Amino acid sequence: MVILRDDRIDLHSVESIIKARQIVRDCAIMQGFSLVDQTKLVTAASELARNTLIHGGGGEMHIEVIIDGARRGVRATFVDHGPGIPDIDHAMRDGYTSKGGLGLGLGGAKRLVNKFAVTSTVGEGTTVTIERWR
Amino acid sequence: MERIPILKMGSYLLVTIQVDMHDRVTMTLQDELTDQIVRHKAHGVLLDISGVDMVDSFIGRMIGNIAAMSRVLDAETVVVGMRPAVAITLVELGMALPGVRTALNVDAGMTLLKACKKTGMNGYFARRSD
Repeated sequence: MVILRDDRIDLHSVESIIKARQIVRDCAIMQGFSLVDQTKLVTAASELARNTLIHGGGGEMHIEVIIDGARRGVRATFVDHGPGIPDIDHAMRDGYTSKGGLGLGLGGAKRLVNKFAVTSTVGEGTTVTIERWR
Repeated sequence: MERIPILKMGSYLLVTIQVDMHDRVTMTLQDELTDQIVRHKAHGVLLDISGVDMVDSFIGRMIGNIAAMSRVLDAETVVVGMRPAVAITLVELGMALPGVRTALNVDAGMTLLKACKKTGMNGYFARRSD
């Protein structure tokens, strides 16, 4: 696997969510994603960046532009050191919300990408990784 | 601070979103729009999102809130100009914007608003004239 670009974005303000969206869009364009695929990836990243900020108390996004054989993709990892998620399966369900939102964040983001992984330890934080391939 | 302009056209308000929506811009828009609906006694709001390249659940909720707030103030909202890629993504995200009226462009949206004014979109006008 070849990594063409590797960036880290600090996520501690609402403005940083917009910056994260723009960088994810740039990476998707760089990989030749269709407009629909770009939009899906950027939307998933926006949901997760907001989770990192609101629920995780801030953190960072790590973005990689990757080539695996003939496949071109983008991977984004969202890391926070917040309270963690006690029951991930429960949190993935649509309608689950801990802060009065619509509860579409995690489950919705998962439907928009090809690969989705969450690890979380209560009291230590949460890491969510998404990948979308062309 | 960035602001979203609200234009008055007869008894309707036109809101064209062309900036990247962040949280404060969104909250300011809700406040100003509800103020202007009351001040101008507006019958409808056209919310043009043709310049918006992504709608996540936060922005989707904002659109739903604007439609609900307007309705409570006796003005209907029609969302116009949604890009196809945004529509596909929103539905997959799980957000089909129930209760929000849409039209393909400003012209069609305006026609819909005028038709609503005549017949009563939610039935109240129709019942009143019975």
